[in-house]
Amino acid sequence: MSQYPINPAFVAEGKLSDNERLKADSDHLRGTITTDLQDEITGGFNGDNFMLIRFHGMYQQDDRDIRAERAAQKLEPLHNVMLRARMPGGIITPTQWLAIDRFAAEKTMYGSIRLTTRQTFQFHGVLKPNIKPMHQFLHQIGIDSIATAGDVNRNVLCTSNPVQSELHQQAYQWAVKISEHLLPKTRAYAEIWLDEEKVETTEQEPILGDTYLPRKFKTTVVIPPDNDIDVHANDLNFVAIAENGQLVGFNVLVGGGLAMTFGDTSTYPRRADELGFIPLEHTLKVAEHVVTVQRDYGDRVNRKNAKTKYTLDRIGLDNFRREVEQRVGVPFEPVRPYTFTNRGDRIGWVEGIDGKHHLTLFIENGRVLDFPGKPLKTGLAEIAKVHQGDFRMTANQNLIVAGVPSEQKAQIEQLARKYGLIDDGHSEQRKNSMACVAFPTCPLAMAEAERYLPELVTKVEGLLGKHQLADEHIVLRVTGCPNGCGRAMLAEAGLVGRAPGKYNLYLGGDRVGSRVPKLYLDNVGEAEILTALDQLIGRWANERLADECFGDFVIRAGVVAEVKVSKTDFHA
Amino acid sequence: MLLSSLVAQASPLSEQQVQQLQGLVSQLNPIQQAWVSGYLAASAQLASGALPQQPAASAAPAATLTILYGSQTGNARHVAEQLAAQAKAKQWAVNLLDMADYKANQLKNEQFLTIVTSTYGEGEPPENAEAFYKFLFSKKAPQLPQLKYAVLGLGDTSYEFFCKTAQDFDQRLAELGAKPLQGRQDLDVDYESAASSWNQALIEVLEPEFKESATPASGAQVIAWPGQTAAAASSYSKQQPFAAELYTNQKITGRDSSKDVRHIEISLAGSDLSYQPGDALGVYFDNDPALVRELLQITAIASSTPVRLGEQRLTIAEALTSQLELTQSYPAFVDKYAAAIGSEALQTLAADKTALRDYLAVRQIIDIVREHPGMPSAQQLVDALRKQQPRLYSIASSQAEVEDEVHLTVGVVRYDAFGSTHLGGASGFLAERLAEGDQVRVFVEKNDNFRLPVNDDTPIIMVGPGTGIAPFRAFLQEREQRGASGDNWLFFGNPHFTQDFLYQVELQRYLKQGLLSRLDVAFSRDQAEKIYVQHKLLKQGSEVFAWLERGAHLYICGDGNRMAKDVHQALLAIIQQHGGKSPEQAEQYLDELKQAKRYQKDVY
Repeated sequence: MSQYPINPAFVAEGKLSDNERLKADSDHLRGTITTDLQDEITGGFNGDNFMLIRFHGMYQQDDRDIRAERAAQKLEPLHNVMLRARMPGGIITPTQWLAIDRFAAEKTMYGSIRLTTRQTFQFHGVLKPNIKPMHQFLHQIGIDSIATAGDVNRNVLCTSNPVQSELHQQAYQWAVKISEHLLPKTRAYAEIWLDEEKVETTEQEPILGDTYLPRKFKTTVVIPPDNDIDVHANDLNFVAIAENGQLVGFNVLVGGGLAMTFGDTSTYPRRADELGFIPLEHTLKVAEHVVTVQRDYGDRVNRKNAKTKYTLDRIGLDNFRREVEQRVGVPFEPVRPYTFTNRGDRIGWVEGIDGKHHLTLFIENGRVLDFPGKPLKTGLAEIAKVHQGDFRMTANQNLIVAGVPSEQKAQIEQLARKYGLIDDGHSEQRKNSMACVAFPTCPLAMAEAERYLPELVTKVEGLLGKHQLADEHIVLRVTGCPNGCGRAMLAEAGLVGRAPGKYNLYLGGDRVGSRVPKLYLDNVGEAEILTALDQLIGRWANERLADECFGDFVIRAGVVAEVKVSKTDFHA
Repeated sequence: MLLSSLVAQASPLSEQQVQQLQGLVSQLNPIQQAWVSGYLAASAQLASGALPQQPAASAAPAATLTILYGSQTGNARHVAEQLAAQAKAKQWAVNLLDMADYKANQLKNEQFLTIVTSTYGEGEPPENAEAFYKFLFSKKAPQLPQLKYAVLGLGDTSYEFFCKTAQDFDQRLAELGAKPLQGRQDLDVDYESAASSWNQALIEVLEPEFKESATPASGAQVIAWPGQTAAAASSYSKQQPFAAELYTNQKITGRDSSKDVRHIEISLAGSDLSYQPGDALGVYFDNDPALVRELLQITAIASSTPVRLGEQRLTIAEALTSQLELTQSYPAFVDKYAAAIGSEALQTLAADKTALRDYLAVRQIIDIVREHPGMPSAQQLVDALRKQQPRLYSIASSQAEVEDEVHLTVGVVRYDAFGSTHLGGASGFLAERLAEGDQVRVFVEKNDNFRLPVNDDTPIIMVGPGTGIAPFRAFLQEREQRGASGDNWLFFGNPHFTQDFLYQVELQRYLKQGLLSRLDVAFSRDQAEKIYVQHKLLKQGSEVFAWLERGAHLYICGDGNRMAKDVHQALLAIIQQHGGKSPEQAEQYLDELKQAKRYQKDVY
């Protein structure tokens, strides 16, 4: 199976999970998707195909708001797919933007472009007859959605900070190269969606393996001091180390991840660990072999324990490192010093060292749509028509109009203001709050997130104001389920959906995202959450040390215990 | 009592005896039945129970009155049955037949023929009259110098080709040398009393012809005709509808649909109504009280004003609410209303038939009155309006599954015109004004021309776009309950997949279970070019033909104006292409299917 010697002691034993059968039977991710596309009786996918389309960047979803209504109407759920594009580093050209803007308007149920925490965009509500045309259209403008979901290496993130333009350019190139290096080699995507001919070859997946990875796998390239991409939410991170403004290599961090399962204490959010430093030339090799080690030793029996973070905790960091080193053939060097001081996006204009100007637009919830009085989508399209640089989607669900020459700055700003893309009234609190999609489209959501966040933020703003902290903020994140898309498990105050209107409240993360918060309230409604926050913000206002953030305060004050080692501390 | 319902009734016969009796009777023509009836009555009078030495003297070949009906909704059948009953009461030999069941080559032997027929669509014969009509107008039609006939037409004056089929029959029979017994009448939707009079007059005309040849069998009374369903045995009928409870009113199109289709469940509990898959449910309704109020307001008539309606005396509000037609408009109203209010403009309009039809096509009564307000007397208004006709809906359930419920699939007629929302009479009543638990007056209208194959192994192809799916839901329920092994293939269509896939979840289940062998769907508006069921049929042409060749029965339900014709054309094309037949042979192929009752339509 593996081309490398396997240490049987590191392999989880037992009956393989059904997903392993599904991948093995899929003929390299083809399944019978083509047949399902012809099935006119249902808008959904049948059997294994329901899972297999994820490897092609789509999730089958339905409009949950009207699920019961349609059941009464004797209609099946309003099945559709969500498409998640593969956009390493989140860079998209104005031409591409205009094209996806039009597609969203004409061919999706919700008409929106959703910027996501994976630094890409999603189309929500694509009906079956539009799926194949969608892939062909994306292909025409140079975009695909290969491996943005499923048990593979997903869209590779890269710090968006455009100020250090040259360093960013180098890091971004690595993000693209890593993404491409780790892509599945199967031609299934091209055959199914792009009608490319089936070529008679013996297909192999030398990196991912014929049954792909045990679980989803997330990779980033990060440029300190920014931690906008949240390294601790990712399986594999390349921390850029520069000398004299030039990229020389990476510190490699592995084993972050935020997903957990309620009621299963063998699951927990976990920080990433440091493997060591590597010079640039080994980057792809190291990426490849962190993947192959996880491929060979990740738990394929229990999917809930299949992610890299559990592999690390099971076999140990040193063993994991040794396996990678053996396969790469080069040892890791000691980690080079780095610090993260910032995680949010710098909303507004900044000037890069190359003299170009960059405008970061705060997009609440990342939802690009024309709202009453705020035609954001039209505004971005208008900007795209004149913009000469590119757009950068951030991991905080915002958008940067990057590379604006001085002479065009005023025009871009005027457009952004005209369409409500610049709103000087947004508080720091709002700009540092984030939510995943959740209802009505996400099948996993247990509670509202995106649709609830704006009003929740308003209420938290009120609490801060009440305690004379109106200019302060708490990194506040809401996620509809414990899978972690909203990265609530790296927030100072994180809400994780339990049931409609009910959340777990976790406290004690920090501003830069280096600490996992701990459960403070279990399965409570908004009133209890706000009452608790009111009291704690009051204490924070009175008792805080100079510049002490809320998350640090609640730990110091003993409101919650610090989670140092997730495996032992998180559920303690 | 009907033999077919004998088992359900308290009868002294064993089940086996009933079956034997039914078996025997079904082979007898009405004359033979009359004779048997008399014979049994006579023998029952012999207290000893001993058989008489000889049967009662058999009748000399008697004059027979053949009554044929061509009926789409059952009205013509009811009138024909009424005439037959009157003739029977006089102990005449009567042969009452659905025109589809009539052997056309008998025509040359007939002496007395009465035809009661409606007209369908754009002047075409109703479905069950098609074959006979075709025969009569073909070269095969014999000269009929021996024949005396009468034709009664039922129709709707709001249609351009009002009673055309009756006119065609009348003219053609005369051409073939037959002599009219009495003049044809063309009756509008409120035909009942005029039809009775016409029947009565015909009986009187026939009286001298039949006087000497009345069937001599003593004790013979009204005889049941074979093929009558249990439904007709109910004490509830069109004349005496059952006040049934509405169980469920559920919209079954999606929230973004341009159509509003309701799944209606009605309880027949407490009635003796029963039905078979293929039957229709007649529904009476109350008009919208707001409509009644507005009409009375415009005409300045007090709601309590007493009026006469036939024999009834009631207030005008009552008459307008539950007795008269307020939603469908028709020429006679314009004539009478124009005269009552002395409107020259309306009278001018009424004089131009084509303009009038266009005018009426988009207007309800209220629109006419709004545009031409006037002050007729209460009685004039009532006299101008015609009597409400119950609406017929193909039943969407099988009693084998739903027991004492009856389900309907009702497309709600709703459109905006002239500044207000218009609702269909019955559909508006069912969908909007009737609350669950309220009562609705219903009766069962049987339709023997739309029946599942007797043999459960026979495959069936069902073409039912839109609400045309209704009887096929009944068919599928019936076949599932019966454990019928025959293959079932459904073609369904509507504008949009996500919004208009009626009974989608049920059909998916049937498909998964294998009850539905195939399901082909056409959603016309989901792509640039419009795709309809006929296109899906053509696409599956070779399979469709293969199914027909292995004995499949073919059913079409739904819109008759376009869909049924397009499907018919598609079938002809399929038979030509895949059966290697000429256009004429293909026509003949379908004709033969019809004759064999393997090609049935329920179109409206």
